[in-house]
Amino acid sequence: MRLPVTKILLPVLLLAALLLPLGARPYVLSLAIEVMAFAIFAMSLDLLLGYTGLPSFGHAAFFGLGAYTAAYLSSNHPLALGLTSNLLLLLPVVVLVTAVTALFVGFFALRTSGVYFLMITLAFAQMLFSVAIRWTAVTGGSDGLPGIPAPHITLGPLQWLINSRQAYYFLALAFFVLTYWLLRRLVNSPFGWTLRGIRENEARMQALGYATFRYKIAVFIIAGVFAGLGGMLLALHFRHASPENLYWTISGQVMIMVIIGGAGTLTGPILGALLVRLFPQIASSYLDRWETVEGVIFILFVLFAPRGIHGIYVYWCSRVQVFTWARKLLNT
Amino acid sequence: MDNFLLQLLNGLVTSMLLFIMAAGLSLIFGQMRVINLSHGAFYLVGGYMGLTAVKQWGAFWPALLLTPLLVGAMGWLAEQFLLRGRYGRERQLQQVLLTFGVALVLSDLAEWRWGAYTQTVPPPVFLATAVPLFGLQFPLYRLAIIAMGLLLALALALFLGRTRLGAILRAGVTHPHTVSGLGIDVERVFAATFAGGVALAALAGILGSPITTLYPGLDFEILILTIVVVVIGGLGSLRGAFVGALLIGLTDTFGKARLPEFSLFLIFAVMAVVLLVRPSGLFGVEEGH
Repeated sequence: MRLPVTKILLPVLLLAALLLPLGARPYVLSLAIEVMAFAIFAMSLDLLLGYTGLPSFGHAAFFGLGAYTAAYLSSNHPLALGLTSNLLLLLPVVVLVTAVTALFVGFFALRTSGVYFLMITLAFAQMLFSVAIRWTAVTGGSDGLPGIPAPHITLGPLQWLINSRQAYYFLALAFFVLTYWLLRRLVNSPFGWTLRGIRENEARMQALGYATFRYKIAVFIIAGVFAGLGGMLLALHFRHASPENLYWTISGQVMIMVIIGGAGTLTGPILGALLVRLFPQIASSYLDRWETVEGVIFILFVLFAPRGIHGIYVYWCSRVQVFTWARKLLNT
Repeated sequence: MDNFLLQLLNGLVTSMLLFIMAAGLSLIFGQMRVINLSHGAFYLVGGYMGLTAVKQWGAFWPALLLTPLLVGAMGWLAEQFLLRGRYGRERQLQQVLLTFGVALVLSDLAEWRWGAYTQTVPPPVFLATAVPLFGLQFPLYRLAIIAMGLLLALALALFLGRTRLGAILRAGVTHPHTVSGLGIDVERVFAATFAGGVALAALAGILGSPITTLYPGLDFEILILTIVVVVIGGLGSLRGAFVGALLIGLTDTFGKARLPEFSLFLIFAVMAVVLLVRPSGLFGVEEGH
């Protein structure tokens, strides 16, 4: 079933995103950047949770690792190296660090499955967190690593200094769109279908001759790298890497984003990130007990929309005539 | 040497509280294959209810009996109206969201009712003394907790090993399909298990509150430790919960006393090592039934 997502909704949304800095207040832009960083993070987790059926409860490890790596390289804090804030150098280092860590963690964690996988990923993330918060002499402890300067992109004589919020917004948007596009290609490739096969029945995939462990390691690394990029984006935005980025509450939150949005889709986690990051910001100024409301919303989702926001959308698309007509029109 | 003994006893206290929590969580998982993320919230609510009972009526023992019953009833309702019909591996993500939602609601309402600050809870008056033990003074209440933990472990072991319902529960862990095939009403077993499991959490809450104190956020701290215990011991195994609780309770107490920088690291390192050597925990059965 083809939905009008790609043909109508996506260009409209992209145009709106490009025009947003014209009218939005700086605070709104800042929120949008934050949401995009988390959306990248949530999409990366969905590769594991939704597509491969690997419930990682420690994905914040890679998010925080990306943030700290960027901070170490660029911050002028005495504990940091302060080498460069050129994105063209930061990016490959963040990718390398998160990929190597994901290879190491995945090699051990992927020997387990189900709840045990959930817990061993949590264990690794919490160990990293405890190093970040306790080993003050190296990691800055609970203060984290502040003092990250504005990033720039320098290639030979060309230089783009990203020192305004608008400029950074466009950078984040570029990262976000590129991630979405890459992951979309990934999940629709034979590799992506193999992952779905592993989720549905790993034993059968093995019987078919797939070396499932290698596929799982590969997707674990890819998910770790994109989570790291999300963390890097957030740290460069707030000019600060915080141990909170590594904490299990962030792992839990990103898991909720994926489930609420709709696991096993890419648009789902984006919508989930939007809802989960924006809801407290908006609700807390109107309601005292907004956490109760949030909990009730989670429960209502399970009761009435078990496939998340994306599921509601698909449901209405299959119901509402206008969409059906639009679909027919576009497909002819 | 004195310090060592004191830490050992304190470690045992933590272990017993963790065991009571873990027994409930493990019982629920063993039967229903649900990780109850609201387990910590039920600890907190149980503790707060006990606090109110003690403050208003000065009655510790009735509170110790009534609170688990009341919280158990809440658990029964939650199972009936929320979890029922949502079991099974393919619905695991929904169960996560559901129990997490319940945890959020409970802890936020508890904060509303009992405040966002740390509440200290007095131990019952006649246990609020210290007794000489191996040449040091040790609070009697802490000894009572160790004794109650051991008693409860024994009672649960007898219940699971020697009664009909216990046999059904044990069979449900390893052979759930055979149990329902034998004509046993699995739905009623599930409801009873969930109610009993969260009642244990409330019991741990009311027993533990004089030691842990009560504050918002405690629910998730305890939940994480409890899950670690259950996973180390093996999901669904009472013996595993006991051994895991000892391991983590002692690691936590000695870690905090001897290596405060690395205590959190130690706990998760222990879990990682156990899972690497035995991917299903110490006494766990292989997943995938």
